[in-house]
Amino acid sequence: MTDVVVSTRSLTRTFGEKTAVDNLDLEIQTGQIYGFLGPNGCGKTTTIRMLTGLLTPSSGEVTVLGKSMPQAAEPLKSQIGYMTQIFSYYRDLTVRENLKFAAEIYGIPARSVKGRIEELLHTYDLTTNVDQLCGSLSGGQRQKLSLAATVIHRPKLLFLDEPTSAVDPETRRTFWEQLFDLVDEGATMIVSTHFMDEAERCHKLAILQNGAKKADGSPRQLMDNLQADVVEIEGPELRTVKHQLDGKPKVLSTAQIGSRLRVLVDKSEPQPVEMLRALLNTFSDLTLTQQRPNLEDVFVSATREQKA
Amino acid sequence: MISPRRIAAVLKKELLQLRRDRMTFAMVIMIPLIQLMLFGYAINTNLRHVPVALVDQAETELSRTLAQIVQATQVVEFTEVFATPQEAEIAITEARVRAALIIPRDVDNRFARSPAIGLGLPNATDQTSSRPVAHWIVDGSDTMVASAIKSLRAMPLTEMMRLPPNRLVPTFEVTLYFNPEQRSAVNIVPGLVGVILTMTMILFTSAAIVRERERGNMEMLINTPVKSSEIMIGKIIPYIFAGLIQVAIILGLGHVLFDVPINGGLGALLVVTLLFIIASLSVGLVVSTLAKNQLQSMQMTVFILLPSILMSGFMFPFDGMPQPVQVIAQALPATHFMDMIRGVVLRDASLFEMREQILWMIGFTVFGLMAATLKFKKRLD
Repeated sequence: MTDVVVSTRSLTRTFGEKTAVDNLDLEIQTGQIYGFLGPNGCGKTTTIRMLTGLLTPSSGEVTVLGKSMPQAAEPLKSQIGYMTQIFSYYRDLTVRENLKFAAEIYGIPARSVKGRIEELLHTYDLTTNVDQLCGSLSGGQRQKLSLAATVIHRPKLLFLDEPTSAVDPETRRTFWEQLFDLVDEGATMIVSTHFMDEAERCHKLAILQNGAKKADGSPRQLMDNLQADVVEIEGPELRTVKHQLDGKPKVLSTAQIGSRLRVLVDKSEPQPVEMLRALLNTFSDLTLTQQRPNLEDVFVSATREQKA
Repeated sequence: MISPRRIAAVLKKELLQLRRDRMTFAMVIMIPLIQLMLFGYAINTNLRHVPVALVDQAETELSRTLAQIVQATQVVEFTEVFATPQEAEIAITEARVRAALIIPRDVDNRFARSPAIGLGLPNATDQTSSRPVAHWIVDGSDTMVASAIKSLRAMPLTEMMRLPPNRLVPTFEVTLYFNPEQRSAVNIVPGLVGVILTMTMILFTSAAIVRERERGNMEMLINTPVKSSEIMIGKIIPYIFAGLIQVAIILGLGHVLFDVPINGGLGALLVVTLLFIIASLSVGLVVSTLAKNQLQSMQMTVFILLPSILMSGFMFPFDGMPQPVQVIAQALPATHFMDMIRGVVLRDASLFEMREQILWMIGFTVFGLMAATLKFKKRLD
């Protein structure tokens, strides 16, 4: 098997007039957690649905695990795991019943079902809830069960659609630890998210907007290649400062974070701090400092280019 | 290609859910039970004790006797007495009574000339001059009530003269087969099987599948190797048993409570009901592929259920319907089932005698299942 698990060439999907996914080229290597970062409606879910063979592309090619989609969708189902955004196992079944159902649906040999379920219950810390109805589980526990059921057949490729949008940060941490354990066992993952901290954990990221890829690479690369400088402004009257800067040339974006204003200045400006200071000469008591860019800055600058 | 293990997995899951869904579980048992009681006791096409008014303008011994023997038929009961026909009309308009018997002043005179009195053949003058002895005015809006009172029209009055009844030779001799006592329950109870199965089978299957979609389970299922036909078969099987339980409840209790005979063989009964259950389930599957949520599936079920009650021959005789309606009614599985179940239960009809209906039912089911499977795709586009 090649190292490339998923590749697409000019993948496009239109719904009537609207283009949901626009000429997307992807190459996802084995053993990676690949993230799709983008706002709601940017084509994340449509892309994942084309990759799993649920939707037929309007044009372009998709190859998953060496097979062409969507023709090979059905045979590939037993090698793929898909974790839905909303809990999609049965709320009126217990944890064990749901896992058993998943095991039988995925055709796990009858004699190893019990052992596999015990193993998963242990791994995902569900041993105390085995006989609890899933409707009464907490969000985090449901998430664990979803993951356990999704990986019950040890899929080579795992799709996770906004996996942790409904859980607390603590659960999100342990959840990601578990994802890395799975990667360690040889799985490849595709994660869609709109959380920066989640995106930051991915090996590689693609930033999507309006169905098109705006940037891709590792989070580090993306931050290093950012075509902007970040300046933080501290001081009084930050709202007025913000309005003063909005729309000025080379000021890409302004966003208030607590008592600081984070300003993105185009890279073509050699002296970003000086430039801002000149713009804000009517204000007193402002401290301006240049900062390291973070992923949110990358996201903001990548997605704003569309409007320009 | 189809994996029995995956079907078993879906089936087992469905049973677990059914066991916890007390409401559905109760409906399987309670719907036939309650409806059997209601319809069995309540629906009665032989009208008795219709409330009527009496306007006796003669007030003779004869007129009082006439009123008494009219009441003795038990078809009507005089609940009000008025002096004038006008008052009686008001009472009918106000729906206090359904009809009024107006006995005219010259009732004695009319009486003597009436052929109904049976004083031998009337002579020529009597024949031309004889008039009805009294007059009914009836609220004719309800045809059942109207025809009950119309049945009194040619009532023999021989009893009044203490003559033996049956002096009049009827034009036709009528022998009633299969339900000689003319009890409504004998016709209603087997038909009820069809109505209740139509309702519960379509509703349960459509709701069961639509629910998966509504709760997001379908998104998970379409990403697993399970096939749509496996989901459908696994989901249908529990409801086949639910349907059989309902049939057993209706016919068993109908036999005990309403003395409805079960003349046909159990084998034929099983074949006929299974065919109908599966036909109804396939309708349910088609509904489930069309409905977006459980409310819609409920509405569509009612859309099919109403004609199944009113047009299938359950309430009104199929033969009385105009030709175009008969054609529409023929498209409902319930219409064919009414014929078959009454055939088996009441007339001991053999499967061979019902071959046309059976073939139709099989054809309908195959068509329904194909339509549902084609429509139910694991793709989203």
